[in-house]
Amino acid sequence: MGLVRGGSLVPDPFTDASSLGELPAGVPLIISLEQWQVRRDELLARGQPLGLRLRSDQSPTRIADDLAHFAVVALEFPKYRDGRAYTHARILKERLGYTGEIRAVGDVLQEQLHFMQRCGFNSFDVVAPDAEQAWRTVAGDHTVWYQATGDGRPRALDRRHRR
Amino acid sequence: MYRYDEFDHTLVAERIATFRRQVQRRLSGDLTEDQFKPLRLMNGLYLQLHAYMLRVNIPYGCLSARQLRQLAYIARRYDRNFGHFTTRQNIQYNWIRLDETPDVLAALAEVEMNAMQSSGNCVRNITADQYAGRARDEVEDPRPWCELIRQWSILHPEFSYLPRKFKIAVSGAPVDRAAVKFHDVGLYLRRNADGVVGFEVIAGGGQGRLPYVGHTIRDWLPKEDLLSYLEAILRIYNLGGRRDNPQKARIKVQVNALGPDEFRRLVDEEWAQIRRSALLAVPRAEIERIAAYFADPAWEVLADDPVAVTRQRGVDPGFDDWYRANVVAHRTPGYAIVNLSLKAPGIAPGDLTADQMDKVADLADRFSIGELRVSHRQNLVFPDVRQGDLPALWQELRALSLATPNIGQLTDIIACPGLDFCSLANARAIPVAQDLSRHFGDAAVLQDVGELTINISGCMNACGHHHVGNIGILGVEKNGQEFYQLTLGGSSGEDASLGDRLGRSISAADVPPAIDAIVARYRALRLADERFLDTYRRVGIEPFKEAVYGARAREVA
Repeated sequence: MGLVRGGSLVPDPFTDASSLGELPAGVPLIISLEQWQVRRDELLARGQPLGLRLRSDQSPTRIADDLAHFAVVALEFPKYRDGRAYTHARILKERLGYTGEIRAVGDVLQEQLHFMQRCGFNSFDVVAPDAEQAWRTVAGDHTVWYQATGDGRPRALDRRHRR
Repeated sequence: MYRYDEFDHTLVAERIATFRRQVQRRLSGDLTEDQFKPLRLMNGLYLQLHAYMLRVNIPYGCLSARQLRQLAYIARRYDRNFGHFTTRQNIQYNWIRLDETPDVLAALAEVEMNAMQSSGNCVRNITADQYAGRARDEVEDPRPWCELIRQWSILHPEFSYLPRKFKIAVSGAPVDRAAVKFHDVGLYLRRNADGVVGFEVIAGGGQGRLPYVGHTIRDWLPKEDLLSYLEAILRIYNLGGRRDNPQKARIKVQVNALGPDEFRRLVDEEWAQIRRSALLAVPRAEIERIAAYFADPAWEVLADDPVAVTRQRGVDPGFDDWYRANVVAHRTPGYAIVNLSLKAPGIAPGDLTADQMDKVADLADRFSIGELRVSHRQNLVFPDVRQGDLPALWQELRALSLATPNIGQLTDIIACPGLDFCSLANARAIPVAQDLSRHFGDAAVLQDVGELTINISGCMNACGHHHVGNIGILGVEKNGQEFYQLTLGGSSGEDASLGDRLGRSISAADVPPAIDAIVARYRALRLADERFLDTYRRVGIEPFKEAVYGARAREVA
């Protein structure tokens, strides 16, 4: 396990309190949408960075107006087979213009890292004994793709017609 | 035909390299079967009753002679000397070894083929009219659009973990030979009132346990908006399709639960957001690049109805039967489209041996400019045969048992692999098809009966398209025994309909006599040259119930 960002294991300054009743004091928290809706003023008054964790059935469009409050939006994969967060990440980045950390959490496997990255995720809570190794294993798997996404990397067809 | 360029080649090669690593991890025990399953499925590899099965895409049914020779090589080197053509323009190998699978994929890549996304909850092989680019009734050739969709759908970062599989079919002709209305998304190329060609978009069709005829959700879509509109549909489905129950996870359930109007509204709302997105824009140069691969071949300038054919038709009834049943009009004078029937009496529908593949490839080079097609009815097609060559080609095909004159007729049966191979099946399908093809072996009877499709599935998943056969046969299991449920009146054409259940299920031995009774009743009831389907729609199911179950029909039904 471990948080991978920019290809390396990085320390996670956030405490995931999204399923906690009591909010730990004095640390940056990741909270649920429900906590945000109920305890918004209290959370803002803490003066600590905030992160928001969304379930795969919660669209980021629901917090479009509040995004400026969050340094991290964590999108959940309850199972790797549940592909809704790929769409959520693209909408968050490409439509809502969110430029902060988009973190993949839950059943995040090495084989999905490429797709996640292309959809706008930029940090990954990888399920693997050695998360950095998992990242390195798949990092070179793809150098060509047919789709354009918000990551700005050219499609095969863009490269075809550039020459 | 489309040819890979360096980018296509690299993409496929990288995919194989990744899969080779995954197979190694599986073989070394690093991955459990559970962890490995989704990885192999995305590469077309199933675990069946007896062995691994590899499903290979034949994109929109187009195949070159060179590719077919490679398929023959794979059948010989890695399988048991045969392959099975499916209803989705794929070929399946039933006896593949896991450790050799990456080598098979590499052999496919040599001839610009792959097995990517032939399984899994993603966009599957794009299918099309097998007469694309050659049919007389065509509005426009669908193949360039199929290739554009193929590339857009392969390894799509957002849509590789959909609620369930997603099948897209395209027809360029008003007569539907691709079962378009029974796909997750179906597209017809149509002219609008101003004469401009665009797409009619159908969504939410499908077979399986919950069969639905698709709904038109857009009457006419400009061609340049194709990818953005498809992306909008996929996005609405990815977010809103059910994920709690695999049986209800297809888009057809979403479309029909919301109603087509609400589904359309959601798609249009999403489409309005992405329609003008630069991310989905396809430059004209790319459309032209792809379309150039499908330019007409260098046909000779010929006249229709050459003497060689008229002479042969007068003297040889065998040729006459074949010509009437298996040869189709081509849009260019002097040429013909020829169907190769993979439904000879006693043969498993869709099977072809390695030797037959090699010989068919040679014939395609000699008679069809090196190209062939695969149809969703599990037959092969030579798209470009000079009419003057028809007698010679017929002789050659007859020698290979590929000239059975039965295309679109009673013994041109669609059947799934059934309990002989498939781990999902409840009953065998192939032996039932074999029995029927032997039972109705008389060409004169077939010809008199005319257009009548029989489709057989070995379970409710309906891979043998039983819902849309004019006569459908569904294998069911009762107390450990196989029985067969008949349906009548299905159609996969532009006049799409689902078959109606005839009555209680019957044993395998009772199937041929029951079909006999149905056919006899049809011949008694039909008006002039009315098709079976039209007679059925006119008279309803009762006369056929009585024909099969006798006077007690009403009680047992």
